[in-house]
Amino acid sequence: MTSAEVSAPWWASEGFWRKCAIFVTAFMALVLIILTFHTLVVIEAGGESGRVPAYSVINHRIGFEFDSDRNHAVPTIGPLVPLFGEVLSEEDAKALVNHGKLTVQARNCMNCHTILGNGAYYAPDLTKAWLDPGWGNEQARELLMTMFLTDPVANKRTFGTNRTMPNPKLTEDEVRGVIAYLKWMSAIDTNGFPNGFTPLPQDGPILEPEEVVQ
Amino acid sequence: MKLGAINYSELTDAQRLAVKYFVVAMALFLAQMLFGVLSAIQFVLPDFLFGVLDFNVNRMVHINAMVVWMLYGFTGSIFWLIEDESGVPLVGQKIANITFWVLTAAVAVVVVVFLFVQSGPGEQMTLWLINEGREYIEAPRWADIGIVLCMLAIFYNVCGTFLKGKWSGISGVLVLDLVALAGLYLAGMFYTTNLPMDQYWWWWVIHLWVEATWEVLVGCIMAWGLIATLGANRRIVTTWLYIEVALMFGSGILGLGHHYFWIGTPEYWLGVGGFFSALEPVPLVAMVVHAIYDAGRHSFRSNNHPALAWLIAHAFGNFLGAGVWGFMQTLPQINLYTHGTQWASSHGHLAFFGAYVTIIVAFIYLAVQKLRGDVWMSSRLPYNGFLWKGSLLLTHVGMIGMTIALLIAGYEQAFVERAQGGSTWAAYFAGQTQPWFIQAMWWRLVFGVLMTVGVVMLLWDFLSIGAGETRTKLDVRRDTAPAIEEDSGVGATETQSA
Repeated sequence: MTSAEVSAPWWASEGFWRKCAIFVTAFMALVLIILTFHTLVVIEAGGESGRVPAYSVINHRIGFEFDSDRNHAVPTIGPLVPLFGEVLSEEDAKALVNHGKLTVQARNCMNCHTILGNGAYYAPDLTKAWLDPGWGNEQARELLMTMFLTDPVANKRTFGTNRTMPNPKLTEDEVRGVIAYLKWMSAIDTNGFPNGFTPLPQDGPILEPEEVVQ
Repeated sequence: MKLGAINYSELTDAQRLAVKYFVVAMALFLAQMLFGVLSAIQFVLPDFLFGVLDFNVNRMVHINAMVVWMLYGFTGSIFWLIEDESGVPLVGQKIANITFWVLTAAVAVVVVVFLFVQSGPGEQMTLWLINEGREYIEAPRWADIGIVLCMLAIFYNVCGTFLKGKWSGISGVLVLDLVALAGLYLAGMFYTTNLPMDQYWWWWVIHLWVEATWEVLVGCIMAWGLIATLGANRRIVTTWLYIEVALMFGSGILGLGHHYFWIGTPEYWLGVGGFFSALEPVPLVAMVVHAIYDAGRHSFRSNNHPALAWLIAHAFGNFLGAGVWGFMQTLPQINLYTHGTQWASSHGHLAFFGAYVTIIVAFIYLAVQKLRGDVWMSSRLPYNGFLWKGSLLLTHVGMIGMTIALLIAGYEQAFVERAQGGSTWAAYFAGQTQPWFIQAMWWRLVFGVLMTVGVVMLLWDFLSIGAGETRTKLDVRRDTAPAIEEDSGVGATETQSA
């Protein structure tokens, strides 16, 4: 027996803190697991909460408007303005977005760009890439995005930094997939991130539901 | 045995294995520095290596080399202390050796593929064979599976050894922490189209590694290190370890929520994440108090001055880099402006250095000392310990300089891009072309090169310190003040298993 053992009060004893460590860890892990179960339901694509949109949201005009109740901007889903003029079923839309996400991962985009603010800081954030005012207006956007992604070196826009995006040599399908993925991404409810963002003007022609070719 | 000469015969089998892990760790550390410098050059001279080694490749190698070398450093440290702590030879020595070579071969293949193949078509095949495209865990899926198998083998070695020998508070925490650490990696090994779902689990790996299980792991290593260098009292060290585990997991597990502010996850994470992550510095304060208390209690009389210096650097670096720099931007009200700016990179640099680089370096100094036949490594070293002191100084000046430069860049970005500019691409580039930002990026490069010089000196010191030394190691157990004569010293004295 050492003097430390004799003199240590209960609140400084090894046994007390061992129990604390075990109890605190177990309790916090339990809370995390419970919250995880809830969050996973909330963030299902097309789930009831509307935080993560269904993939067929790419058939619609996406906005980003101030919500006075929440005191920040939130994505809005507007009339039919289908991507590349083609209304897709949920299944086809998912396949297209999926191809885009796979391409973004396979080309390692995240080690220059940020996605939902996560990644590297060498190139701009992609969360609202689809809505960026840099594309001019709604009518020009798809063509400009396609041209840029097809050859970012020839169509470079470096805004005076001289940082050029290397050509990822995307196939036509990959380009369309990436644009679909970015459009879907812009409709995710990110609690107002990025701060103060105002989208490009979107006042092009819309499609009435009855005009949709089945 | 000749003092001052490299002598493997004094090492146990597990310690010989640990030396191998340390050698690979240091090679990867140097690679991390070189690819970091390349990335830093590209920030100021974007045409540099354009189309050959683009920024995303350099940056990927920079951060992956870091993750892997730290895991090698931890594994090496565990193998170094395990036989001393358990009192028995390593269980499964042969498997442990095979694991090392398999893991190292896999790492080499992944690095070669990253550098020469770089990316692939937008198909599952690319994620399986080339690059998973998710920051920090880019390693392709085949390598993920290999890593998990190697981790299981290492876990078998560690757990088996303690089961056969003695258990102690340190080894108990260590084994449980390793289970969590390995299990969490599985959360990063799947693909989903749903981006918020993807990032939700991705953070389980990243956050619950670096802000929870890695911190506890270095807590164990620190505890053993204080006993080894100072002869600190095991009861006190173990009690502190339990306090740290309670505080670390108490804040860090739900602190995970600070990554769930802006990725599509529900609003309650703003409160949960903000509150608990704001508490994350508390255990790091405890670690500083505990390390300084022990060092002061023993009048800084250690048998290994460089190791003790790096342990103290760890205590402060962990508190400042992970604690203060993390706290600065962890509240959602602030994070809305700083998330995704150089602010995060400032925090990342100082936190990984302060929390993890320092303690692995300290441990390698312990290993080098024994490798030289337990030589004298206290005060009055030849040339006044120029190399270890110089490298300590240069790495710290370099790292702190980079951190401050990146912090200034981050402040500027938060103001110009987010607060003023409205977060558009034009606003992003307005921030990037601001003179303050450009100057900060030049300073980052200068300090990065300075730190690289420091790292080269450090590696040189590892190879040369103690060479030709004729004095034996200071016996801290015999020579310390009477108040700690009852110390059990290194070597477990607790619960004996049958």
